[in-house]
Amino acid sequence: MEALDAALPVLAAMMRLSVPLLLAALAGLFSERSGIVDVGLEGKMLAGAFAAGAAAAVTGQAVAGLAAGIAAACLLGLVHVYACVTLRGSQVVSGMAINIVASGLTATLALAWFHSGGQTPPLPASGRFLPVVLPGAGALAGVPVLGRAYAIVLGGQASLAYLAFALVPVGAWVLGRTRFGLRLRACGENPAAADAAGIPVARMRYAGVMIASVLCGIGGTYIAIAQGAGFGRDMVAGRGFIGLAALILGGWRPWPVLLACLLFGGLDAAAIRMQGVVLPGIGAFPVQAVQALPYVLTVVLLAGFVGRATPPPASGIPYTKER
Amino acid sequence: MNALPRWAEIVLLPALNLLLALLVTAALVLATGNDPVAALRALVVGSLGSADSVGYTLYYATDMAFAGLAVAVAFQGGLFNIGAEGQAALAGMGITAVALNGGALPAVVLVPLAILGGAALGAAWAAIPGWLQARRGSHIVVTTIMFNFIAASLLVWLVVNVLTVPGTMSPESRGFPAAAALPGLGVPGAAPVNLALPLALAAAAGVWLLVWRTPWGYALRVMGGSARVARYAGIAQGRMTVTVMALSGALAGGVAVNELLGAQHRLLLGFTGGYGFTGIAVALMGRNHPAGVLLAALLFGALTQGGAELAFEMPAVPSDVVVLIQGLVILFAGALGNMLRPGLLRVLGRA
Repeated sequence: MEALDAALPVLAAMMRLSVPLLLAALAGLFSERSGIVDVGLEGKMLAGAFAAGAAAAVTGQAVAGLAAGIAAACLLGLVHVYACVTLRGSQVVSGMAINIVASGLTATLALAWFHSGGQTPPLPASGRFLPVVLPGAGALAGVPVLGRAYAIVLGGQASLAYLAFALVPVGAWVLGRTRFGLRLRACGENPAAADAAGIPVARMRYAGVMIASVLCGIGGTYIAIAQGAGFGRDMVAGRGFIGLAALILGGWRPWPVLLACLLFGGLDAAAIRMQGVVLPGIGAFPVQAVQALPYVLTVVLLAGFVGRATPPPASGIPYTKER
Repeated sequence: MNALPRWAEIVLLPALNLLLALLVTAALVLATGNDPVAALRALVVGSLGSADSVGYTLYYATDMAFAGLAVAVAFQGGLFNIGAEGQAALAGMGITAVALNGGALPAVVLVPLAILGGAALGAAWAAIPGWLQARRGSHIVVTTIMFNFIAASLLVWLVVNVLTVPGTMSPESRGFPAAAALPGLGVPGAAPVNLALPLALAAAAGVWLLVWRTPWGYALRVMGGSARVARYAGIAQGRMTVTVMALSGALAGGVAVNELLGAQHRLLLGFTGGYGFTGIAVALMGRNHPAGVLLAALLFGALTQGGAELAFEMPAVPSDVVVLIQGLVILFAGALGNMLRPGLLRVLGRA
């Protein structure tokens, strides 16, 4: 019982840390299922994080931060999809460009506007998405394990976190059960066939990338004004790429992607908890090894040594209509 | 679609792309209430205005040249190597392993040995994603991204947990022996311009010879032009992919040679400085040709040095504007490369 109770904060941290990964991975899911590879998740999230931090600092309103975060990510998303679909440019080059542009742009604007070393000012409570207290959590917090789990693991997350988790069944339903979702996937599987069936491939791909951008914006907002209390330089810190890794590990399917995000979030939580702990027989806890694990797992899976990761067949290839 | 005339393809298009990137940046600087002309002047003066700044421009340009060549040579084979950053980090480890253990050797033996050690590890770190693409079908872009992060974790672990001198706080290895230093070139000023600069020029010449004057290079360019043609021509694409990636990784190792053997003389965190990513901009801007890469490297070296000075001159404009310019160049020259082409064709009367 006591050990379980002690594990609860780690579980709570796992939930918190997997939210941005989940939003990034779901973003990648919509984009890549429509046929557009997105290595620019990181940059879009960073732009979202900065815009959210800046807008929330100026207005004092968390919702304004969210709106700005989504808008900024969508702006970069538009550039990406214009380059990839309209101009048929290289999707990977465009994604990398967006990452680097976002890194330079956010740091420049943050310093120029807020004059504090590339950070946005600390936010008042109204400017942040604070943890939600579930009904009855206070009364149940005294109950070991289950009550406390209800209060701090299930409860105590920011509202955006619940939104992120809710997006998994929603995303699964949209992609698997709706006309829109099936058409979107058709464009990522075989755009020529989709085109022949009268599906507007370019428009569907625009839709996929813009949905991805909105999700990246929410993810960036979460990092800046729910998890953090303002924007800091390069604060997304590779989470867009871990989201990409989770997308691959989850085989481009919503529910397995959720599991992968929880796994990576859990690894991160464990690494933070175990920092500096000396394990009998092993020595100091290998924090870097655990941090590198998501990337190693992804490479192993992509190489097909364990299982097989197969991307949507048409992703990454610009579609040219036959004439 | 008709082709642009050669001069427009080689000179005009890159120049226009750079101009666009600079214009967007200038608009942004203006929008934040700063003077873009003053910023540009600070950039130019900061990169070319004194012996010191010219020296540092050359020093950074050396990094950019190696990284740019690494990306360009892979591009010639149709491969996008995003992993130059990680390959440079691994090369740094190889250099350090040789330098720290070879204190008894004379410089003429130790320095080439250290360079070889760095090149070998850089090559290996790039060859694995190459092999994974050739034999296991995993996409090189995703694998090299993941390898960058794995390399970063490895470097942190190595420097912090293994190499940090006991009793000190700074995360760096002990200093290399004096024999493991690349000699400076004696340029005036404080910049550590060293033998890595002529080495980069030689590497560019070597890449040109290899890619444009040997059967291997011809096969590489055929593969880059069309994988299907390469298959019909009987080119062993798998082996080609692994070797060109190894070459690319070895070239990326030049960043570590310039930084560690030429200037820092110890292994430290973050010595790769994002040059691996700048290499993408350098290669795209230089049209994946060694001569173009050298020119673009000079430009980005100047931008890096000028950016550092700019942050001094105009505290409200950080050196990150240079990162923004790099990103915009990749965007305009790479992803949006087809944006200007139709208009240019019309203007030049070729459409």
